[in-house]
Amino acid sequence: MATGATEAKAKVHDRGGVAVIELHGEINRSAEGVIERGYDEAAALGPSSLLLDFASVDYINSTGIALIVGVLARARAEGRTVRACGLSDHYREIFEITRLADFMTIHADEASALAEASG
Amino acid sequence: MSARLRSLAGRLRRPERAEATASEPELAATAPEAESPPLDIAPNDPIIGLFESAEGPVDLDGLELDSPALEQLRAAGIKLAVPLVSQGELIGVLNLGPRLSEQDYSSDDRKLLANLAAQAAPAVRVGQLVREQEAEARSRERIEQELAVAQLIQQNFLPKQLPDLPGWQVAAFYRPAREVGGDFYDFIELGEGRLGIVIGDVTDKGVPAAMVMAATRSVLRASAQRLEAPGEVLARVNDQLCPDMPDKMFVTCFYAVLERESGRLRFANAGHDVPYLGTPAGEVEELRARGMPLGLMPGMIYEEKEATLGPGDTALLYSDGLAEAHDPEREMFGFPRVKGLTGSRQTGHDLIDSLLTELDRFTGPGWEQEDDITLVTLSRSGGAAMAASTHATELASAVSSNGADRTLTEFEVASAEGNERGAMERVAAAVAELGLPASRLERLKTAVAEATMNAMEHGNGYRPELAVTVRVLASEEALRVRITDHGGDQPIPAAGTPDLEAKLAGEQKPRGWGLFLIEQMVDEMRVSSDESHHTVELGLNLRGDEDGDWRD
Repeated sequence: MATGATEAKAKVHDRGGVAVIELHGEINRSAEGVIERGYDEAAALGPSSLLLDFASVDYINSTGIALIVGVLARARAEGRTVRACGLSDHYREIFEITRLADFMTIHADEASALAEASG
Repeated sequence: MSARLRSLAGRLRRPERAEATASEPELAATAPEAESPPLDIAPNDPIIGLFESAEGPVDLDGLELDSPALEQLRAAGIKLAVPLVSQGELIGVLNLGPRLSEQDYSSDDRKLLANLAAQAAPAVRVGQLVREQEAEARSRERIEQELAVAQLIQQNFLPKQLPDLPGWQVAAFYRPAREVGGDFYDFIELGEGRLGIVIGDVTDKGVPAAMVMAATRSVLRASAQRLEAPGEVLARVNDQLCPDMPDKMFVTCFYAVLERESGRLRFANAGHDVPYLGTPAGEVEELRARGMPLGLMPGMIYEEKEATLGPGDTALLYSDGLAEAHDPEREMFGFPRVKGLTGSRQTGHDLIDSLLTELDRFTGPGWEQEDDITLVTLSRSGGAAMAASTHATELASAVSSNGADRTLTEFEVASAEGNERGAMERVAAAVAELGLPASRLERLKTAVAEATMNAMEHGNGYRPELAVTVRVLASEEALRVRITDHGGDQPIPAAGTPDLEAKLAGEQKPRGWGLFLIEQMVDEMRVSSDESHHTVELGLNLRGDEDGDWRD
């Protein structure tokens, strides 16, 4: 069966105190390594805040949720705040249902997230 | 307010009333010489105004007035006219000839007459009103009686019972308007497993329509027994009706012959509303055939068409009293609504109930039915509905009891990582026709993906030779997606709410969101197992406005 799966990728940008992890593709079990490496790379910048950008993500499943829980747990242990942006209405709802939204601020897009992080 | 209404009514009624003055024999008889002819005062005669404004009796001799009534009165030997005025309106005149003593009327006479007129006028008015009302009541009673007769004729000629046709469900509904229209329907046993089905409507209402309906029905019954082809039957009926058809009346009529075994339906139509044929897939076909209404002119030819009713198909025959019903804003119920409901995969009485419920909702309370409403449905048993209920397997309790479930799709997914996305897209494509709101569709997709993933992983252990079966069923009420794996030997754990705090604190593994998510995404989740399979059933309500708002 052709699933049209797109492999996950993570690009990290330094935005002055905020490390942006720009995620691409599907956030499922196969994204585990990608997210871990992305987090390592972002943490190396020593930011006080992490921004997960989901604008180029087209699918998140429950394993993907677990990976995001992992990111949150690690950031909390390291004293970094986590923000998220670029979620579709549906995934925003899932972040709320799973209460991930209680532990990260959710923004419409990267610009508004960065504006608030710096303000 | 009431005084104003009365004077308005009086003005409107003046012509009638003025005539009444002359036709009152007891008033005319006051003329001394023999019988004077009834006097007609034209409504525009100036003498009316003069009488209405006169204070007491009026001497006709000294009057100079261009009045035909005055001429007539003088010719009849009337000397003195005593107007009877009630509420400022002339309702009669006492006409007096010369005094027998040949002297003029004295002022005492005049006073006496004026008093008499003042007292008599209201009494005469009351008498007139009573008489008018009696006439009205008589005509109302006549109308009611006519209505009752029309209803009696109509009901007497409608089928007393529905045909018993194995493998078929026939349902009919008839509700006359208060002023009975000319709707009718009929079933004719034709032998050899064939049934004739008739629906028709006579223009006009009441007794004349009922008589024509009765005539059409008997002519049609006779022709149907003699001729086979529906088009020939209608042509024959038309020729027989034409000579005796009252002016400006005609009959629309759809006639079909059903072959029970094959489901073949041959039909012809004499200008009646086009029946619809609904399939279990929700498609609707129009049963069109050309032909003029019956009784307009002889020698007409009626096109003959045919359709085949497959298992689960329903044909709806109806009269214009349904489609042409109006709501308070004068908008018509309309054919698209009728057609749409025929495509709702309901059969028989359910379809009739839905149509009437929808009509009620449309017309609102207090609606007086404008025309007769007649509905006839013809449904072939079986089909998808049957298949769905025999497939219900161990989840019988989850299947709606009316057996109206139909399968939208069924497929297998090999147990390999990532395949849940394909399953999710195929389900989304299959339910596209239901037009779910986007948010609801997204939730369903997530639930399907999660359940499929669980089935591949926990049920089938990602063994590629084991497939996950996905089956999508829909009824009027609900959409159900059943996802079955081969993991019957291990129970599916109950879905609980994950403890996010514990996970964040590293006290629990971050995983374990699947079942929780599924439960949140759909209106209902059921799990069942046998020795070798698990089935997770996801349910979405399709009725009402349940938005499945998870916040509640």
